[in-house]
Amino acid sequence: MAGEGKERAAYRALVDRVLTGEGTESAEQRARAFGNDGLAPPLDALIHKVANRPAQVTDADLAAAKASGLSEDQLFELVICAAIGQSTRLYEAGLAALAEATVSGEAG
Amino acid sequence: MRLEILNSGYRPGTKLLFAVIRLFSGQPLPDAAKLVFYRPDFYGTLAKKFTHEAMRGPSGWSVGDRELMAAYVSKVNDSAFCIGAHTATASQAYQDGAKVQAVLTDLESAPVEEPLRATLRMLGKLTAEGDVSADDMRQVLSAGVSPQQIEDALAVCVAFNTTDRLADAFGFEVLSPEGFEAGAKYLLRRGYR
Repeated sequence: MAGEGKERAAYRALVDRVLTGEGTESAEQRARAFGNDGLAPPLDALIHKVANRPAQVTDADLAAAKASGLSEDQLFELVICAAIGQSTRLYEAGLAALAEATVSGEAG
Repeated sequence: MRLEILNSGYRPGTKLLFAVIRLFSGQPLPDAAKLVFYRPDFYGTLAKKFTHEAMRGPSGWSVGDRELMAAYVSKVNDSAFCIGAHTATASQAYQDGAKVQAVLTDLESAPVEEPLRATLRMLGKLTAEGDVSADDMRQVLSAGVSPQQIEDALAVCVAFNTTDRLADAFGFEVLSPEGFEAGAKYLLRRGYR
């Protein structure tokens, strides 16, 4: 994108890496964690908390996800994708509001 | 941390580095620093690059302002490790711990300039509610903040919304006040690279 700053370019590289680069977990499952959507229990509860109520994540949430057969490396990747996914939604919302405010400011 | 790989799953050279850092600093390496050494190709290398750009790259905001934004976002997220780390770093950067505490206690009455207050208010709303409106942004702009400064502040907000989540999900150990002070000195000297 023309005019994209170094911050946004660096962020885009990070998002691309965790979603499409090599991983222990499949790219499809990482995308579901990123989007906080379409995951089965008990992983869905953990990922939902990471996205929306991270301070409430407990030992039991991680233990339940591990007991369902996920390895620690898979959980490492999925938690990171969930955190970056929520942050990305915030970034996009903020940038969209800024764009709208500056365009209408220029028009007015 | 809650994943054993993040406690002991490092390569021998990395473990040696951790031991050397502990020897010279007198403090254990914070979990935030350890995390970026675990499979750095997946997360750490690019996360450090983005965070360093947001926190130490060219900006209309001072380093202290950006560290205060990190502390404030972490307070909204109730992320104990990051509140401690960035309260200490902002306090050292400003050489004014009272100002940082005042912002974290009550933004509206804190002794900060209006552009920074309006920006923190917007970042707090975005973090707590997941959205902000064009009107919210117009209020920040009318306080004298440039569009580029808003974009820079959003990058800080995004970096710490990610780090806060990882701190709480992986269970970063909250450090002693001395540990946070030592970490703050490091972050002000070396940044996030």
